[in-house]
Amino acid sequence: MFYREAGDFKTSYVDDNQTFPIKFDRYRYYVVLVAAFAVIPFLLNDYWVNAVFLPFLIYSIAAIGLNILVGYCGQVSLGTGGFMAVGAYACYKLMVAFPEISIFFHVIISGGITALVCVLFGLPSLRIKGFYLAVATLAAQFFLVWLFNRVGWFYNYSASGQINAPERTVFGIAVTGAQNPPWSAYLFCLVFTVACAIIARNLTRGMAGRKWMAIRDMDIAAEIIGVNPLKAKLTAFAVSGFFVGISGALFFSVYLGAVEVGEAFGINKSFLVLFMVIIGGLGSIFGSFAGAAFLVLLPVLLKNVLVGGLGWPTDLAAHLEFMIVGSLIIVFLIAEPHGLAQLWRVAKEKLRLWPFPH
Amino acid sequence: MPDSVIFGMEVFLNGLMAGVLYALVALGFVLIYKASGIFNYAQGVMALFAALTLVGIMEGQVPFSHLINAVLGTQVHHFGWHVPALLAVALTVVVMIALAWIVNKLIFRHLVGQEPIILFMATIGLAYFLEGFGDVMWGADIKKLDVGLPQGMNSAIDDVTFGIFGYGFFIDNLDIVATLVAALLVAGLVAFAQYSKHGRAMRAVADDHQAALSVGISLNFIWVMVWSLAGFVALVAGIMWGTKMGVQFSLSLIALKALPVLMLGGFTSIPGAIVGGLIIGVGEKMFEFAIGPLVGGATENWFAYMLALIFLVFRPQGLFGEKIIERV
Repeated sequence: MFYREAGDFKTSYVDDNQTFPIKFDRYRYYVVLVAAFAVIPFLLNDYWVNAVFLPFLIYSIAAIGLNILVGYCGQVSLGTGGFMAVGAYACYKLMVAFPEISIFFHVIISGGITALVCVLFGLPSLRIKGFYLAVATLAAQFFLVWLFNRVGWFYNYSASGQINAPERTVFGIAVTGAQNPPWSAYLFCLVFTVACAIIARNLTRGMAGRKWMAIRDMDIAAEIIGVNPLKAKLTAFAVSGFFVGISGALFFSVYLGAVEVGEAFGINKSFLVLFMVIIGGLGSIFGSFAGAAFLVLLPVLLKNVLVGGLGWPTDLAAHLEFMIVGSLIIVFLIAEPHGLAQLWRVAKEKLRLWPFPH
Repeated sequence: MPDSVIFGMEVFLNGLMAGVLYALVALGFVLIYKASGIFNYAQGVMALFAALTLVGIMEGQVPFSHLINAVLGTQVHHFGWHVPALLAVALTVVVMIALAWIVNKLIFRHLVGQEPIILFMATIGLAYFLEGFGDVMWGADIKKLDVGLPQGMNSAIDDVTFGIFGYGFFIDNLDIVATLVAALLVAGLVAFAQYSKHGRAMRAVADDHQAALSVGISLNFIWVMVWSLAGFVALVAGIMWGTKMGVQFSLSLIALKALPVLMLGGFTSIPGAIVGGLIIGVGEKMFEFAIGPLVGGATENWFAYMLALIFLVFRPQGLFGEKIIERV
């Protein structure tokens, strides 16, 4: 009834090309933004921020980054955990070395450093394809984790081998360290998440995104119509690395505060982010958010139901959680291999005709 | 002969043995990949699950005792009997065949014709599920597995090498057994694939699903058979690794050790898995021996991957893989 293009006249090319061409979508987007920036910060407490909102926002960035690489450019990567570790350690070194510069820039520069590392490990993608590439990116995962574990320079030779985020402020309000109010950490991450989503959305709509998709669909054919595979693949690795690095930096500095690399950025992290991308939907920015929300909320929910509700021991609940996550992934793949984003698309198509489907 | 050369030779031999164990896991991957095009990430977890089941049956554990106790408030844990090793192995094989059947029935029949990446993700989901399932079924504590395989230093080799070099090599009996078993297994599998009726059907399916269907080969049966074979290989790998380091969660991580072996040997080649395993085993032990102390040790975690990565840049299909032909 209200969800349709009819009657919404576009009078300029800018209007015609906007991200949300349907009026209802556009207003929904504004409402979500206003709620996220102006309403939620007042309602937050420590538990909600640390259990739900921070992981959701940070994983969303990582999922967007990986989605650009896997969903848009078709290069399967299992090295996300390692690349997040690069972001985290770059951020740590920068925070300690240049305390007078705002942490805002530290996070962005760590993204840039990660992009460089990611391009380096993306070079073999020009020769190796498919599963061979997926396994080859595991080299990055294991090598980087080993590097940060063994080379003292990266963790400033601290006795525990951990890195700890010192307290840093933005506009005089602490966002990292132990004393920060929950809403400041939330807003800090939210700014990055929204900025990353907008950048990613517009990149994938533009020339770069079209080249990536051409490479994904068939790289030889893309090469014949004039897409440079070297440039297209490496830019995908760079952009993906940039987002993943930002998420790693935020994960360490704002969310965890102290990190032991093998635990926080192990191979399981790579799989977790890949699950988010697949469950959310390959090649969809909305899907990245949906997948991240799903996999962040599910364990919280299960834990509350099984341990809090039924009073089962926590180790049993943890094992059951594995079973449920595993079977949900399989059920999802069987029922809807294109993920939550596809469900959303179908729902939108239905909404357009509602309530008169014929 | 200088000491370092003799040590090097010992490390080399141990590397060969370790390589055989990697190859054992890699074999399971190759079998499934060849027959169904599924890259089965759950292979390592299947080894863990097989070993857990074997121990559970031998010890007479009550399955799901933890869950039953939590729900009903009872205190059951053991039946109080012990099953002889051979019978337990046979029962575990039955369980693995049942698992293969269920996996095909419930998962992969519904995913026929999907993209390889979707199938791959499904096996990761399966790995998660099996990991949780094994723990819920048999408990998560570290278990000792002893099916009567010889263990400890082989004194004959120790004596002989002491006689030649004046220094006794340390070679584990278990590794020797594993090498023999792996050799038998490979010979058996190759013979099965080449000469038996079902083996030929399996190769036909691997070549072309539709053509195989059209000449009357049952895809369902072949897939269940291949997954059962992979389950059997997983059981053998689980027994070897489980005897070596106890049955525990880290057993499932051997899948990650097998991946570079696969890349090096090629996903589609059984001999490739063996040769790749040997190269990786020797390579990482020698690298750790020669370079490891200079860079802080524990290089085994990544050396295999780096070796495979560099190798693949020059030969993208692996040592023995089928040549990748791309058409537009």
